[in-house]
Amino acid sequence: MRGGNTVLSQKHLLGLEKATKRDIEQILDTAESFKEIIDRDVKKVPTLRGKSVVNLFYEPSTRTRTSFELAGKYLSADTINFSSSGSSVQKGESLKDTAKTLEMMGIDAVVIRHSSSGAAEFLSRHVSAKVINAGDGTHEHPTQALLDMLTVREKKGTLSGFKVAILGDILHSRVARSNIFGFTKMGSEVYVAGPQTLMPREIEKMGAKVAKNMDEAIDGADVVMALRIQLERQKKGLFPSQREYSRLFGIDKKRLSLAKPDALLLHPGPVNRGVEISSEIMDGSQSVINEQVKSGVAIRMAVLYLLIGGARQ
Amino acid sequence: MKKILKGARVIDPNRKVDEVRDILVVDGSIAAMEKKINISGAQVIDLTGLILTPGLIDMHVHFREPGYEYKEDIETGSRSAAAGGFTTVACMPNTKPPVDNAMMVEYVKSRALKSGLVRVLPIGCVSKGLEGKEIAEMGDMVEAGAVAFSDDGRPVADSSLMRKALMYASMFDRVIIDHCEDPGLFEGGQVNEGYISTLLGLQGIPASAEETMVARNILLARETGTRVHIAHVSTKGSVELIRRAKAEGVKVTCEATPHHLTLTEEAVVGYDTNAKMNPPLRTKEDVEALLEGLKDGTIDVIASDHAPHSIDEKDVEFDKASFGIVGLETSLGLILNHIVGEGKLNLGQAIEKMTIGPARALGIDAGSLTIGKPADITVIDPDLEWTVDKNKFFSKGRNTPFHGWKLKGKAVLTMVGGKIVYADENISDDNINRAEILKASYK
Ligand SMILES: [Zn+2]
Repeated sequence: MRGGNTVLSQKHLLGLEKATKRDIEQILDTAESFKEIIDRDVKKVPTLRGKSVVNLFYEPSTRTRTSFELAGKYLSADTINFSSSGSSVQKGESLKDTAKTLEMMGIDAVVIRHSSSGAAEFLSRHVSAKVINAGDGTHEHPTQALLDMLTVREKKGTLSGFKVAILGDILHSRVARSNIFGFTKMGSEVYVAGPQTLMPREIEKMGAKVAKNMDEAIDGADVVMALRIQLERQKKGLFPSQREYSRLFGIDKKRLSLAKPDALLLHPGPVNRGVEISSEIMDGSQSVINEQVKSGVAIRMAVLYLLIGGARQ
Repeated sequence: MKKILKGARVIDPNRKVDEVRDILVVDGSIAAMEKKINISGAQVIDLTGLILTPGLIDMHVHFREPGYEYKEDIETGSRSAAAGGFTTVACMPNTKPPVDNAMMVEYVKSRALKSGLVRVLPIGCVSKGLEGKEIAEMGDMVEAGAVAFSDDGRPVADSSLMRKALMYASMFDRVIIDHCEDPGLFEGGQVNEGYISTLLGLQGIPASAEETMVARNILLARETGTRVHIAHVSTKGSVELIRRAKAEGVKVTCEATPHHLTLTEEAVVGYDTNAKMNPPLRTKEDVEALLEGLKDGTIDVIASDHAPHSIDEKDVEFDKASFGIVGLETSLGLILNHIVGEGKLNLGQAIEKMTIGPARALGIDAGSLTIGKPADITVIDPDLEWTVDKNKFFSKGRNTPFHGWKLKGKAVLTMVGGKIVYADENISDDNINRAEILKASYK
């Protein structure tokens, strides 16, 4: 491994709010070195042999779950999936009870995805295992932001001095929150823009700058990140229609041309084609949406390694 | 049976009394208040160095019986009240079934009498079944002893229903207490809308959710000429609306809780469900406005909104946790330590908000020391330092954000109708028969 001490400042990975710049660098460096394993024919190293990781998914997310599962498997950890369909999770067992059960099983790490903000923090108070937040409500999604940062760092060589534009439904976006903390800690400026009804109050206190409109946010940006919108938000009247959304807040070739010529286009996926991003640029040369997926596995390997394997090495 | 309460500094804001006096209690009533009383054959309780006030009144508590006895019942709630220095409490009707008819009012009264501790005044529902559709049988409930009406826990969302309720209740000279919250603006809310809700990714409750309803109630009170009482005011905007209404002569009274006066939304950081309340904890600016409102008389009452929940209802994910905290046993200590102690109100003003203030808001004959009237008395040790320990609460509820707080000032003796219903372990007087008090409170 690159670097010296591989122990993070936090026991768990609940978010990037409390992560230090050094933690982030350490995770990114480790992930970079793990990426090579993914390209091997035999994708398996014995690093986490004998360690057990539970994927506790209260919200369906095949992408993130699979990514964590593969990450664990590539490092030879035993990974168990515990998802909301058909398990006791659905039978109304409380998160506290589930935590007790996990505690009895002697699990090393729990990866949790939950619809309640703070669920990962709650779990961390009830288990001695390391807790990795794989998305809690509308709070944080740290590994997504880390994979975004890894993707950008690989393309650009650094993460400082950039203008990063995060666009769309900021209010409900855990990805946005984690990315704001992450990119600002690494020395970049983060601008947010989107419908006023989807802009959280006092977000500037988190370190983001609120742009007047989409164009101002994108203008001269090095990184352009569109967020997924959800139809239920329309039903709640937070924006009037998908058609108007795509017209006012969608990113097309013309809008992207306001950014730097070598700007990168990111999206946490899955993309509503033609709504948040036009098909043309999604498949265009600036899009790194596919690279993000690969970075995801590497980041999750790094996080697992640093939390449950790192200290032992 | 005669008792002489000797040597306390007597503070009765209603009578503008603040001086050392002896009080003679005969057959449960106050028989005399003099500089010095010496009568042979009387039990003398030495209260030198302590403060004696009219029995404290909390006009907003939830005792959960019937239906939710696992959270609290009328007896444990009464014991909690006595330990907090309260001699009278008014309890909200959002039980299961709710207190929306005379029989239920009688039930609450009989359970309170059986526990025989503090005076428990039932509040009846505004609407049948708390459904917010038709007004409940208020006349019947008044005859049975309902002291006020409220759908607390829920707002009276339908403005037409609120208007009718105000007019109807005024015939019986009873007040409507409204939990002000626009359901549409509240929708799914968890914490105050602002930086903390953004940081934690929790659905925010805007100040306007409360203020629009406060404004509506003021308009209805002005139009109907009847009085409305606003429960647990939490925002600067609400205070301003009420201040202006009062200046215009609109009949409106209101209350603030000790937790809204001492905590801000910051208490929620870390997803502490013990800081989850409705209305939510607000900002520093709101807290300052509440203090200003107390000082200038805009806010008439301090009430705890004592809302016990079981541990299982609080030790869950934040958005799944119940709203509310227990308050009866921390209320006085918080006010003495953080409001009076920090010079935000003087002692007399604070006691006023906990005695005659609520008595007037409810329209009951209490909250002052009167010869010939029942000896409902609270004795306070202003210098007693103590630590809030949720595990020692008399309430069944352990849901408090104040666990571990060090406070100065506490009720050490509570007397209802001349009977001692609580005596703190720190009060040292051989004339207080602890065994007897214990028997009374645990019978
Ligand atoms: Zn209420």
